[in-house]
Amino acid sequence: MTVAEKKIDKSLLEAKKHPMDDLLRWDRLPHVWCSGCGLGSVLSCFIHAIANSGIPKEKFAIVSGIGCTGRASGYINLDVFHTTHGRAIPFAIGLKLANPKLNVIVFSGDGDLFAIGGNHIIHAARRNADITVICCNNFVYGMTGGQLAPTTPIDAWSSTSPYGNVEQSFNLCHLVYSAGANFVARWTSLDARRLQESMEQAIKNKGFSFIEALIPCPTTFGRRNNYENGLKMLEFFRDNTIIKNGIDPKDAEIRLGDKIVVGKFIDKPDQLTLDDRLARITKKSHE
Amino acid sequence: MSKKAPINDVLTGEHYTSGNEAIAEGCLAAGCRFFGGYPITPSSEIAERMSQRLPQVDGVFIQMEDEIASIATVLGASWAGKKSMTATSGPGISLMMENIGLGAITETPCVIINVQRGGPSTGLPTLVGQGDVMQARWGSHGDYEIIALAPNSVQEAFDLSIEAFNLAEEYRTPVIMLTDESICHMFEKLVIPPKSQIKLKDRKKPKGSKKNYLTFQPDADMIPPMAVVGEGYNVFVTGLTHNEKGYPVIDAETQEKLVKRLCDKILLNEEKIRKTESHKVNDAKILVISFGITSRSAKGAVDLAREKGIKAGLLRLITIWPFPTKLIESLAQKVDAIVVAEINNGQIIKEVKEAVRKDIPILLSSKLGGSVHTPKEILSKIEEASKK
Repeated sequence: MTVAEKKIDKSLLEAKKHPMDDLLRWDRLPHVWCSGCGLGSVLSCFIHAIANSGIPKEKFAIVSGIGCTGRASGYINLDVFHTTHGRAIPFAIGLKLANPKLNVIVFSGDGDLFAIGGNHIIHAARRNADITVICCNNFVYGMTGGQLAPTTPIDAWSSTSPYGNVEQSFNLCHLVYSAGANFVARWTSLDARRLQESMEQAIKNKGFSFIEALIPCPTTFGRRNNYENGLKMLEFFRDNTIIKNGIDPKDAEIRLGDKIVVGKFIDKPDQLTLDDRLARITKKSHE
Repeated sequence: MSKKAPINDVLTGEHYTSGNEAIAEGCLAAGCRFFGGYPITPSSEIAERMSQRLPQVDGVFIQMEDEIASIATVLGASWAGKKSMTATSGPGISLMMENIGLGAITETPCVIINVQRGGPSTGLPTLVGQGDVMQARWGSHGDYEIIALAPNSVQEAFDLSIEAFNLAEEYRTPVIMLTDESICHMFEKLVIPPKSQIKLKDRKKPKGSKKNYLTFQPDADMIPPMAVVGEGYNVFVTGLTHNEKGYPVIDAETQEKLVKRLCDKILLNEEKIRKTESHKVNDAKILVISFGITSRSAKGAVDLAREKGIKAGLLRLITIWPFPTKLIESLAQKVDAIVVAEINNGQIIKEVKEAVRKDIPILLSSKLGGSVHTPKEILSKIEEASKK
């Protein structure tokens, strides 16, 4: 008898309902992501972080841009927005400023946030907009077939750098910290516990908080760069990352052949945010 | 503790002010409480006024890093329940176009003021133009409909700002105020009525249980009620083609259903949305069609023509989109020729030609930006038409 032929006791399934079930939109599953992709792990960390934060669920708004990561918001059973390419951050700022009681989180990819949306992220950090940005970095444009991204390491192969990438990549954590971010952490999708813990802290932290989650994309990045499946990429993360909490993000550049530094780099609590300052202005204008 | 001053969002009384300031005050009177924008001539005075006034009425003003961010933040603020707007001009409106499409497909009420200047590109930053008429209609990719209004005085800039917000809320759509540099930099008398006399419309709120709420389930009027973010409705909003739940469904059937409804909710209400003004049209043999600043010269031209014994009349379009095709079709039955006056190389005239189902001369009185028609320039076209 095959598994499919076995009679399934539905009451048993009910009893084994996953504690995170009500945070996912089950009618939208299965998801679109490839096998070996790290996005599922990061999404799992994220919904656990939301559940553990103790913040009422209706106070969350999740905003994504376009790309593989951009689809993440669509699996979450909260107020969710799948916006235009690169524009998740200004959309999120509009939500937050119009209702400062919301906990607004941008969940998007490296190309969306740092190439087409690069201008918005540095200005959001500069303003200290009280939002959390979770950036899933797979080093490549996954959804469109593996083209060069501003995070592709120099010399790496992509479908639009068939002779090797000639461009320097961004150090995302350093960039947002330089622009004014209050909370900055980087983990791989293998560091599930630490990633989830940082997410919880970022969500609760006042001001602009940023998390970079390094994820395998075996389909469009790994296969072109000698990691033929997701497991190989996770093994690479396991063997080639070192944790350096509290390090200056400028010393956490990602280069092919070097160890990748992960950790909670910056944690500045209770900074004055954009909405704090706007509330002051409002008060001043009434005088 | 000092007492909080009363919210003074309607500055009732007589003012001598500019079109830009009238727009700012009109939007505030309409209930606008969020402005996201980027400075650009000739619209900047709207942002400046809003930066001063919005905090006074517990609203939010933010100057974004560019026009793309401005319109994106306006859409976000609208979903959070605030009546939201931006103001810009040619280069800025071009940058906003992608997210105006997002506003159309996600049915997000908002108002976009386009103080038109001469284009293309940087063009004539400080001088008048009316070259964005077709862009307002077709600027974002794909099929959708938009509402666009064109004031021709400082008073009307105020009045139509309220109308723009009411239409945006009623039809759940971005509304473009297609005004121009001349109207917006012109100073005239403005009378702001008492707050009690200003009629405001608000978006439909969902009824029934939150659990059963579907983000894009339309009522019989084709317009879905709109939930506010943060109230537990779990809205699902995407720029992808979607079903009533808001969930992406990438197929021809869903596309057909959604896009048809997005277009029909505006097109089928054209007569209800329509605002025009007629001047000496009843017995006219030459019909002049114009809008915005140009309509003021056109009115002068009609009066000059009447002095010369030419039976001319003016139809002023206040609503530009949806286009009053049926009205123009019926008016054309009674006239011998039509003159269209606009500060562009012939944009509205294309719609007029499509509306007129009769073989009569349709002449263009065109200027390409930088100056307003003189009445005599339009008169010469009326005379030319009368000889045909």
